[in-house]
Amino acid sequence: MSEILVLVEQVDGEVKKVTLELLTLARGLGTPAAVWAGPGYTPDAKAKLAEYGAEKIYVAGSEEITGYVVGPKAELLAQLVAGKSAAAVLVAATAEGKEVAGRLAVKIDSGVITDAVGLGDGFVAEQSIFGGGVNVQSKVSRGTPIVAVRPNSTAPEAAAGAGAEEEVSVSLSDAAKSARIVERVKQEKGARPELTEAAIVVSGGRGVGSAENFSVIEGLADALGAAVGASRAATDAGWYPHQFQVGQTGKTVSPQLYIAAGISGAIQHRAGMQTAKTIVAINKDPEAPIFELADYGIVGDLHQVVPQLTEEVDKRK
Amino acid sequence: MNIVVCVKQVPDTATERKLRSDDKTLDRDAVDGVVNELDEYAVEEALKLKEAHGGEVTVLTMGPGKATETIRKALAMGADKAVHLLDDALHGSDALGTSYAMAQALKKIGFDLVILGSESTDARTGVLPAMLAERLGAPQLTLANKVEIDGTSIKIQRITDYGFDRVEASLPAVVSVVEKINEPRYPSFKGIMAAKKKPVETLGVADAEIDAGQVGLDSSWSQVVDFAQAPPRAAGTVVKDEGDGGAKVAEFLASKKFI
Ligand SMILES: Cc1cc2nc3c(=O)[nH]c(=O)nc-3n(C[C@H](O)[C@H](O)[C@H](O)COP(=O)(O)OP(=O)(O)OC[C@H]3O[C@@H](n4cnc5c(N)ncnc54)[C@H](O)[C@@H]3O)c2cc1C
Ligand SMILES: Cc1cc2nc3c(=O)[nH]c(=O)nc-3n(C[C@H](O)[C@H](O)[C@H](O)COP(=O)(O)OP(=O)(O)OC[C@H]3O[C@@H](n4cnc5c(N)ncnc54)[C@H](O)[C@@H]3O)c2cc1C
Repeated sequence: MSEILVLVEQVDGEVKKVTLELLTLARGLGTPAAVWAGPGYTPDAKAKLAEYGAEKIYVAGSEEITGYVVGPKAELLAQLVAGKSAAAVLVAATAEGKEVAGRLAVKIDSGVITDAVGLGDGFVAEQSIFGGGVNVQSKVSRGTPIVAVRPNSTAPEAAAGAGAEEEVSVSLSDAAKSARIVERVKQEKGARPELTEAAIVVSGGRGVGSAENFSVIEGLADALGAAVGASRAATDAGWYPHQFQVGQTGKTVSPQLYIAAGISGAIQHRAGMQTAKTIVAINKDPEAPIFELADYGIVGDLHQVVPQLTEEVDKRK
Repeated sequence: MNIVVCVKQVPDTATERKLRSDDKTLDRDAVDGVVNELDEYAVEEALKLKEAHGGEVTVLTMGPGKATETIRKALAMGADKAVHLLDDALHGSDALGTSYAMAQALKKIGFDLVILGSESTDARTGVLPAMLAERLGAPQLTLANKVEIDGTSIKIQRITDYGFDRVEASLPAVVSVVEKINEPRYPSFKGIMAAKKKPVETLGVADAEIDAGQVGLDSSWSQVVDFAQAPPRAAGTVVKDEGDGGAKVAEFLASKKFI
């Protein structure tokens, strides 16, 4: 069977969950081949990729690959698609993942599907569009399918693969090296999982009331091992950093569980969280539209309900 | 400095958006069009850069006839002129087709800097800025929350999952902006009046040297196979807090094995 290239997402050498999800998906469609782009490859990473089914692991460890914006990763993938006659390329539908997919699409003259929430036979992708209102099946009709898949679209399942390594060297074009990354600034985010990847997200809105009060939301998130999100009302007010905004002009999340506290559920907020599997809402207004989506809702003051919930979660651990 | 800002007309998100049953494309006639919100930030950034460094701001829109409303809004904010890429042959273009057509138009217009929003609210692919950088062979300075220009060198802060990257390049370049890079201005009455007299050039595929065989629905690299209205979510349970609301949620979460 032909190879399905999976671009590995990693932080400090640790493979991200979304990559394991993509390997799981790829197993159903062909021979999964992981692509490691940049330095930081370790035996642990190899073990993880093989555990989830990578038959091949292409390692392009050059510093140059991560020294410039997006271009080098696209060039690496283009080289592998041609050299290995890959059947498809899967990337995570993060902002950068989609950019890599876009440049690759132009390079290899192939179509790209973004934000797939499922992928089946014949590389037919499921998309959930218009804030979750419409479900679409789409596919690439010209070239080698490139699909950007949303994190949490499928449950990662282990199934050992050979994990045969192959070193890859790329000679980058000048165009790929035209936007140079001179510094990476890591803003403190503690031990919480990343917002778009997290299985559980706890979000706070205007109802939280202040920046200080976001500690209530963080407390629950930490008890659940969840990421923290925020509505635009909360980020606009400066209570929580913008990178945690969920919604149309923020991040799109698709977790197993989404807890919205003090969020009314405006259409633009829903656009970013509507595909969550289970939704819990805490709001003092029984008419709040968020209750239309909620699997479970509490009409009440979040400042009472959330700390009590945190305590209960801690008790049950 | 010659700045081109790409502005898309999108359906108002507050209205119900639909796909057409005939060709499965977005029904743009059925809904009110508004300026894609992030593109207002792109226009604002272009105007600020012009104010600081001089030059001219050109608006580029690809879209049906009614997209002129969007062009007027950008002109009313202060852009100098506009190019409307308008041709029935472009209808149904996917991201590759759109980026190809827009790159051809950009080559014709000429630019030192192209500025886009980082994502539209209708298709939300977020790929166009990267595709344009690739097609134009220009540095990709995307997802910027800060842009600085000094002569022909340009620096941005690119937002990332862990914070941001500082990125440097030389003009000409392609920039995309995120929300909160600035506060878009409202068009003044004077601006709205002035916009009516600003030049809007219409380009068809032939004018922009676009190969009609590479654009439009039939030539697209991707296709919609089928679509359906999402089934409504099953109604959930909503209970009033009687002092045990937190405990009740905990019970629910336990029943779903989250805790
Ligand atoms: C083009 C565009 C793009 C947008 N993009 C986004 C986006 O990406 N993300 C986003 O979130 N929004 C976005 N918005 C804004 C969106 O329309 C809403 O304004 C926003 O989501 C409201 O945030 P909120 O629910 O926190 O605030 P509100 O709508 O003010 O709701 C606050 C809620 O908290 C409840 N509440 C108050 N106090 C308490 C309490 N003590 N306990 C419990 N409940 C309480 C209230 O009953 C109310 O329901 C966008 C808007 C536009 C026009
Ligand atoms: C629901 C839906 C899903 C789709 N999914 C796919 C898909 O998976 N793959 C695919 O190839 N195509 C897809 N398309 C087609 C896609 O809409 C078009 O290719 C579109 O022209 C470009 O995509 P975008 O709006 O997502 O651009 P984005 O990359 O999200 O937009 C970024 C910026 O590019 C600029 N821009 C975008 N379009 C224009 C324009 N027409 N005129 C001026 N500036 C513009 C704006 O500054 C905008 O902020 C989809 C369309 C719809 C309606």
